[in-house]
Amino acid sequence: MKEFSDEELERYSRHIILQDVGIEGQEKIANSKILVIGAGGLGSPVALYLAAAGVGEIGIVDGDVVDLSNLQRQVIHATADIGVPKVLSAKAKMEAINPNVKVTIYQKFLDASNILDIVKGYDFVIDGTDNFSAKFLINDACVLANVPYSHGGILRFGGQTMTIKPHESACYACVFDAPPPANAIPTCSSAGILGAVAGMLGTIQAAEALKYIVGVGEPLYNRLLTFDAKTMNFRNVNFKKNPKCRVCGGEGIKEIRDYEAVVCEAKL
Amino acid sequence: MKLTINGDVKEIKDGIVLSELLVIEDVEQPDMVSVQLNDEFLTKDTYATTTLKEGDEINFLYFMGGGA
Ligand SMILES: [Zn+2]
Repeated sequence: MKEFSDEELERYSRHIILQDVGIEGQEKIANSKILVIGAGGLGSPVALYLAAAGVGEIGIVDGDVVDLSNLQRQVIHATADIGVPKVLSAKAKMEAINPNVKVTIYQKFLDASNILDIVKGYDFVIDGTDNFSAKFLINDACVLANVPYSHGGILRFGGQTMTIKPHESACYACVFDAPPPANAIPTCSSAGILGAVAGMLGTIQAAEALKYIVGVGEPLYNRLLTFDAKTMNFRNVNFKKNPKCRVCGGEGIKEIRDYEAVVCEAKL
Repeated sequence: MKLTINGDVKEIKDGIVLSELLVIEDVEQPDMVSVQLNDEFLTKDTYATTTLKEGDEINFLYFMGGGA
Protein backbone atom coordinates (compact mmCIF):
# COMPACT_ATOMS: atom_id res chain seq x y z
CA MET A 1 0.00 0.00 0.00
CA LYS A 2 0.94 3.56 -0.65
CA GLU A 3 2.39 5.73 2.12
CA PHE A 4 1.40 9.32 1.53
CA SER A 5 3.84 12.13 2.24
CA ASP A 6 2.72 15.24 4.11
CA GLU A 7 2.60 17.03 0.78
CA GLU A 8 0.23 14.40 -0.63
CA LEU A 9 -1.96 14.34 2.48
CA GLU A 10 -2.51 18.05 2.07
CA ARG A 11 -2.85 17.92 -1.70
CA TYR A 12 -5.57 15.27 -1.51
CA SER A 13 -7.17 16.54 1.70
CA ARG A 14 -10.52 17.31 0.03
CA HIS A 15 -10.70 13.72 -1.19
CA ILE A 16 -9.55 12.35 2.14
CA ILE A 17 -12.21 14.22 4.10
CA LEU A 18 -14.82 13.20 1.55
CA GLN A 19 -17.01 10.48 2.96
CA ASP A 20 -16.90 7.43 0.65
CA VAL A 21 -13.36 8.26 -0.51
CA GLY A 22 -11.21 8.83 2.57
CA ILE A 23 -7.62 7.72 2.89
CA GLU A 24 -8.48 4.22 1.64
CA GLY A 25 -10.11 5.61 -1.47
CA GLN A 26 -7.18 7.93 -2.11
CA GLU A 27 -4.84 4.96 -1.77
CA LYS A 28 -6.86 3.11 -4.40
CA ILE A 29 -6.60 6.13 -6.68
CA ALA A 30 -2.84 6.34 -6.10
CA ASN A 31 -2.44 2.64 -6.91
CA SER A 32 -4.56 2.77 -10.07
CA LYS A 33 -3.56 2.85 -13.73
CA ILE A 34 -5.88 4.58 -16.17
CA LEU A 35 -5.50 4.86 -19.94
CA VAL A 36 -6.85 7.94 -21.73
CA ILE A 37 -7.25 7.34 -25.47
CA GLY A 38 -7.22 10.66 -27.27
CA ALA A 39 -5.74 13.91 -25.94
CA GLY A 40 -8.42 16.07 -27.50
CA GLY A 41 -11.75 17.54 -26.45
CA LEU A 42 -12.66 14.73 -24.06
CA GLY A 43 -9.16 13.56 -23.21
CA SER A 44 -8.07 17.06 -22.11
CA PRO A 45 -10.41 17.44 -19.12
CA VAL A 46 -10.14 13.74 -18.27
CA ALA A 47 -6.33 13.82 -18.17
CA LEU A 48 -6.27 17.04 -16.15
CA TYR A 49 -8.73 15.79 -13.54
CA LEU A 50 -7.17 12.34 -13.25
CA ALA A 51 -3.72 13.89 -12.78
CA ALA A 52 -5.07 16.33 -10.21
CA ALA A 53 -6.82 13.45 -8.42
CA GLY A 54 -3.52 11.63 -8.02
CA VAL A 55 -4.10 8.58 -10.22
CA GLY A 56 -0.83 6.66 -9.84
CA GLU A 57 -0.19 6.04 -13.50
CA ILE A 58 -1.93 7.62 -16.46
CA GLY A 59 -1.34 6.47 -20.01
CA ILE A 60 -2.23 8.90 -22.77
CA VAL A 61 -2.55 7.99 -26.42
CA ASP A 62 -2.63 10.32 -29.41
CA GLY A 63 -0.75 10.44 -32.69
CA ASP A 64 -1.61 14.02 -33.54
CA VAL A 65 0.04 17.39 -33.03
CA VAL A 66 -1.68 20.43 -31.56
CA ASP A 67 -3.47 22.58 -34.12
CA LEU A 68 -4.79 26.11 -33.71
CA SER A 69 -8.39 24.90 -34.27
CA ASN A 70 -8.05 22.50 -31.30
CA LEU A 71 -7.63 25.25 -28.74
CA GLN A 72 -11.31 26.26 -28.64
CA ARG A 73 -11.97 23.13 -26.55
CA GLN A 74 -8.84 21.02 -25.96
CA VAL A 75 -8.00 22.81 -22.74
CA ILE A 76 -4.89 20.82 -21.86
CA HIS A 77 -3.05 22.46 -24.79
CA ALA A 78 -1.91 26.07 -25.01
CA THR A 79 -1.23 28.44 -27.86
CA ALA A 80 2.51 27.90 -27.46
CA ASP A 81 1.97 24.15 -28.04
CA ILE A 82 0.83 24.49 -31.65
CA GLY A 83 2.77 21.93 -33.67
CA VAL A 84 3.82 19.95 -30.58
CA PRO A 85 2.72 16.30 -30.27
CA LYS A 86 -0.43 16.26 -28.16
CA VAL A 87 0.88 13.57 -25.83
CA LEU A 88 3.94 15.69 -24.97
CA SER A 89 1.87 18.81 -24.45
CA ALA A 90 -0.59 16.87 -22.27
CA LYS A 91 2.15 15.18 -20.23
CA ALA A 92 3.76 18.52 -19.41
CA LYS A 93 0.47 19.96 -18.07
CA MET A 94 -0.36 16.83 -16.09
CA GLU A 95 3.06 16.79 -14.45
CA ALA A 96 2.82 20.50 -13.75
CA ILE A 97 -0.45 19.95 -11.91
CA ASN A 98 0.76 16.91 -10.03
CA PRO A 99 4.38 15.70 -10.10
CA ASN A 100 3.37 12.61 -8.10
CA VAL A 101 1.66 11.14 -11.14
CA LYS A 102 3.51 8.91 -13.58
CA VAL A 103 2.48 9.73 -17.15
CA THR A 104 3.16 7.20 -19.91
CA ILE A 105 2.79 8.48 -23.45
CA TYR A 106 1.88 6.59 -26.60
CA GLN A 107 2.50 8.86 -29.56
CA LYS A 108 0.49 6.84 -32.03
CA PHE A 109 -3.04 5.95 -33.03
CA LEU A 110 -4.37 2.64 -31.83
CA ASP A 111 -5.26 -0.11 -34.23
CA ALA A 112 -5.86 -3.83 -34.13
CA SER A 113 -2.13 -4.51 -34.03
CA ASN A 114 -1.36 -2.60 -30.84
CA ILE A 115 -4.51 -1.89 -28.84
CA LEU A 116 -4.81 -5.12 -26.85
CA ASP A 117 -1.27 -5.00 -25.50
CA ILE A 118 -1.70 -1.41 -24.37
CA VAL A 119 -5.19 -1.73 -22.88
CA LYS A 120 -4.28 -4.89 -20.93
CA GLY A 121 -1.95 -3.03 -18.62
CA TYR A 122 -4.62 -0.68 -17.24
CA ASP A 123 -7.40 -0.85 -14.66
CA PHE A 124 -9.74 1.45 -16.56
CA VAL A 125 -9.83 3.02 -20.02
CA ILE A 126 -11.33 6.31 -21.23
CA ASP A 127 -12.56 6.56 -24.80
CA GLY A 128 -11.86 10.12 -25.88
CA THR A 129 -11.61 9.38 -29.59
CA ASP A 130 -13.38 11.17 -32.39
CA ASN A 131 -14.41 8.46 -34.81
CA PHE A 132 -16.51 5.33 -34.87
CA SER A 133 -13.83 2.93 -36.04
CA ALA A 134 -11.78 3.83 -32.95
CA LYS A 135 -14.80 3.71 -30.62
CA PHE A 136 -15.80 0.23 -31.75
CA LEU A 137 -12.18 -0.94 -31.68
CA ILE A 138 -11.83 0.24 -28.07
CA ASN A 139 -15.04 -1.58 -27.15
CA ASP A 140 -13.79 -4.79 -28.77
CA ALA A 141 -10.41 -4.55 -27.05
CA CYS A 142 -11.83 -3.76 -23.62
CA VAL A 143 -14.33 -6.63 -23.88
CA LEU A 144 -11.60 -9.04 -25.01
CA ALA A 145 -9.11 -7.87 -22.39
CA ASN A 146 -11.86 -7.59 -19.78
CA VAL A 147 -10.95 -4.01 -18.85
CA PRO A 148 -13.76 -1.64 -17.82
CA TYR A 149 -14.05 1.60 -19.71
CA SER A 150 -16.01 4.79 -20.27
CA HIS A 151 -17.52 5.44 -23.69
CA GLY A 152 -17.94 9.09 -24.59
CA GLY A 153 -19.31 10.82 -27.64
CA ILE A 154 -20.10 14.45 -28.38
CA LEU A 155 -21.72 16.25 -31.27
CA ARG A 156 -22.71 19.90 -31.65
CA PHE A 157 -24.45 20.71 -28.30
CA GLY A 158 -24.90 17.11 -27.20
CA GLY A 159 -23.06 14.38 -25.42
CA GLN A 160 -23.50 10.76 -24.46
CA THR A 161 -21.64 8.42 -22.14
CA MET A 162 -21.90 4.98 -20.63
CA THR A 163 -19.59 2.92 -18.46
CA ILE A 164 -18.92 -0.65 -19.46
CA LYS A 165 -17.88 -3.54 -17.29
CA PRO A 166 -17.25 -6.25 -19.87
CA HIS A 167 -19.40 -9.38 -19.58
CA GLU A 168 -21.33 -7.84 -16.70
CA SER A 169 -22.95 -4.74 -18.14
CA ALA A 170 -24.06 -3.87 -21.67
CA CYS A 171 -21.26 -2.91 -24.02
CA TYR A 172 -21.25 -0.20 -26.69
CA ALA A 173 -22.13 -2.76 -29.37
CA CYS A 174 -25.11 -4.03 -27.31
CA VAL A 175 -26.61 -0.59 -27.95
CA PHE A 176 -25.16 0.55 -31.26
CA ASP A 177 -24.17 -2.76 -32.85
CA ALA A 178 -21.73 -1.50 -35.49
CA PRO A 179 -20.41 1.73 -37.01
CA PRO A 180 -22.96 3.62 -39.11
CA PRO A 181 -22.34 3.97 -42.84
CA ALA A 182 -19.61 6.50 -43.54
CA ASN A 183 -21.76 8.78 -45.70
CA ALA A 184 -24.24 9.31 -42.83
CA ILE A 185 -21.71 10.48 -40.28
CA PRO A 186 -21.32 14.02 -39.09
CA THR A 187 -18.08 14.44 -37.15
CA CYS A 188 -16.84 17.27 -35.01
CA SER A 189 -14.83 18.77 -37.82
CA SER A 190 -17.81 18.80 -40.17
CA ALA A 191 -20.62 19.37 -37.66
CA GLY A 192 -18.99 21.54 -35.01
CA ILE A 193 -18.92 21.23 -31.25
CA LEU A 194 -19.51 23.75 -28.49
CA GLY A 195 -16.20 23.66 -26.64
CA ALA A 196 -17.69 23.56 -23.16
CA VAL A 197 -19.74 20.48 -24.09
CA ALA A 198 -16.49 18.53 -24.43
CA GLY A 199 -15.64 19.64 -20.91
CA MET A 200 -19.05 18.62 -19.59
CA LEU A 201 -18.76 15.12 -20.98
CA GLY A 202 -15.07 14.66 -20.21
CA THR A 203 -15.53 15.55 -16.54
CA ILE A 204 -18.38 13.02 -16.32
CA GLN A 205 -16.02 10.38 -17.73
CA ALA A 206 -13.32 11.35 -15.22
CA ALA A 207 -15.84 11.10 -12.37
CA GLU A 208 -16.91 7.66 -13.59
CA ALA A 209 -13.31 6.47 -13.68
CA LEU A 210 -12.65 7.70 -10.14
CA LYS A 211 -15.93 6.19 -8.87
CA TYR A 212 -14.94 2.87 -10.37
CA ILE A 213 -11.44 2.94 -8.86
CA VAL A 214 -12.70 3.94 -5.42
CA GLY A 215 -15.66 1.57 -5.67
CA VAL A 216 -18.28 4.12 -4.75
CA GLY A 217 -21.72 4.89 -6.10
CA GLU A 218 -23.47 3.54 -9.16
CA PRO A 219 -21.51 3.63 -12.39
CA LEU A 220 -23.28 4.29 -15.68
CA TYR A 221 -23.72 0.56 -16.25
CA ASN A 222 -26.60 -0.56 -18.45
CA ARG A 223 -27.61 3.00 -19.22
CA LEU A 224 -26.68 5.72 -21.62
CA LEU A 225 -26.55 9.21 -20.19
CA THR A 226 -27.33 11.76 -22.87
CA PHE A 227 -27.59 15.50 -22.59
CA ASP A 228 -28.43 18.41 -24.79
CA ALA A 229 -26.67 21.57 -23.65
CA LYS A 230 -29.17 23.73 -25.56
CA THR A 231 -31.96 22.76 -23.18
CA MET A 232 -29.71 21.36 -20.43
CA ASN A 233 -31.90 18.29 -20.32
CA PHE A 234 -30.10 15.20 -19.07
CA ARG A 235 -31.57 11.75 -19.63
CA ASN A 236 -30.69 8.18 -18.75
CA VAL A 237 -31.87 5.46 -21.10
CA ASN A 238 -31.76 2.05 -19.47
CA PHE A 239 -31.10 -1.26 -21.18
CA LYS A 240 -29.68 -4.67 -20.54
CA LYS A 241 -26.75 -6.57 -21.88
CA ASN A 242 -27.79 -8.08 -25.20
CA PRO A 243 -27.26 -11.86 -25.08
CA LYS A 244 -26.96 -11.82 -28.87
CA CYS A 245 -24.46 -8.94 -28.91
CA ARG A 246 -21.95 -9.21 -31.74
CA VAL A 247 -19.12 -8.37 -29.32
CA CYS A 248 -19.97 -9.46 -25.77
CA GLY A 249 -22.80 -11.93 -26.42
CA GLY A 250 -22.77 -15.73 -26.45
CA GLU A 251 -20.42 -16.23 -29.35
CA GLY A 252 -18.87 -12.81 -29.00
CA ILE A 253 -15.65 -11.78 -30.65
CA LYS A 254 -12.51 -13.83 -30.47
CA GLU A 255 -9.99 -11.50 -32.04
CA ILE A 256 -9.39 -7.86 -32.78
CA ARG A 257 -9.87 -6.55 -36.27
CA ASP A 258 -9.77 -2.99 -37.56
CA TYR A 259 -13.02 -1.38 -38.58
CA GLU A 260 -13.08 0.30 -41.94
CA ALA A 261 -11.53 3.70 -41.56
CA VAL A 262 -14.22 6.25 -42.11
CA VAL A 263 -13.56 9.05 -44.50
CA CYS A 264 -15.06 12.17 -42.99
CA GLU A 265 -17.22 14.12 -45.36
CA ALA A 266 -18.70 17.47 -44.66
CA LYS A 267 -22.41 16.89 -44.23
CA LEU A 268 -24.08 19.83 -42.59
CA MET B 1 -52.57 6.16 -29.50
CA LYS B 2 -50.17 7.36 -26.85
CA LEU B 3 -46.51 6.53 -27.26
CA THR B 4 -43.62 7.50 -25.02
CA ILE B 5 -40.90 8.79 -27.29
CA ASN B 6 -37.56 9.68 -25.71
CA GLY B 7 -39.34 10.08 -22.40
CA ASP B 8 -42.17 12.31 -23.66
CA VAL B 9 -45.74 11.02 -24.04
CA LYS B 10 -47.06 11.89 -27.48
CA GLU B 11 -50.32 11.31 -29.32
CA ILE B 12 -49.54 9.51 -32.56
CA LYS B 13 -52.01 8.13 -35.10
CA ASP B 14 -52.92 4.48 -34.62
CA GLY B 15 -51.43 1.53 -36.40
CA ILE B 16 -48.23 2.98 -37.78
CA VAL B 17 -45.02 1.03 -38.16
CA LEU B 18 -41.69 2.15 -36.79
CA SER B 19 -40.33 3.43 -40.09
CA GLU B 20 -43.35 5.78 -40.32
CA LEU B 21 -42.65 7.03 -36.80
CA LEU B 22 -39.09 7.87 -37.84
CA VAL B 23 -40.55 10.17 -40.51
CA ILE B 24 -43.13 11.71 -38.15
CA GLU B 25 -40.43 12.37 -35.57
CA ASP B 26 -38.13 13.97 -38.14
CA VAL B 27 -35.36 11.44 -37.74
CA GLU B 28 -33.57 12.58 -40.85
CA GLN B 29 -30.82 9.98 -40.80
CA PRO B 30 -32.16 6.63 -39.58
CA ASP B 31 -28.64 5.26 -40.01
CA MET B 32 -27.55 7.51 -37.16
CA VAL B 33 -29.94 6.15 -34.53
CA SER B 34 -30.30 2.98 -32.58
CA VAL B 35 -33.98 2.32 -31.86
CA GLN B 36 -35.12 0.80 -28.59
CA LEU B 37 -38.71 -0.45 -28.32
CA ASN B 38 -39.80 -1.48 -24.81
CA ASP B 39 -36.26 -2.36 -23.70
CA GLU B 40 -35.29 -4.25 -26.85
CA PHE B 41 -33.08 -2.86 -29.59
CA LEU B 42 -34.51 -3.33 -33.07
CA THR B 43 -32.51 -4.31 -36.09
CA LYS B 44 -32.95 -2.00 -39.06
CA ASP B 45 -34.55 -4.69 -41.22
CA THR B 46 -37.54 -4.81 -38.83
CA TYR B 47 -38.39 -1.09 -38.88
CA ALA B 48 -40.87 -1.42 -41.75
CA THR B 49 -42.70 -4.38 -40.21
CA THR B 50 -42.80 -3.39 -36.53
CA THR B 51 -46.31 -2.10 -35.80
CA LEU B 52 -46.53 0.18 -32.79
CA LYS B 53 -49.25 -0.03 -30.19
CA GLU B 54 -50.71 2.06 -27.38
CA GLY B 55 -48.27 2.52 -24.51
CA ASP B 56 -45.12 1.54 -26.39
CA GLU B 57 -41.94 3.18 -25.20
CA ILE B 58 -39.53 4.15 -27.91
CA ASN B 59 -36.07 5.62 -27.53
CA PHE B 60 -34.02 7.00 -30.35
CA LEU B 61 -30.36 6.82 -29.32
CA TYR B 62 -28.23 8.89 -31.61
CA PHE B 63 -24.76 7.88 -32.63
CA MET B 64 -22.29 10.49 -31.39
CA GLY B 65 -18.85 9.95 -32.81
CA GLY B 66 -17.09 13.12 -31.74
CA GLY B 67 -14.58 13.46 -28.96
CA ALA B 68 -11.61 15.43 -30.20
ZN1 LIG C 1 -22.29 -6.16 -26.00
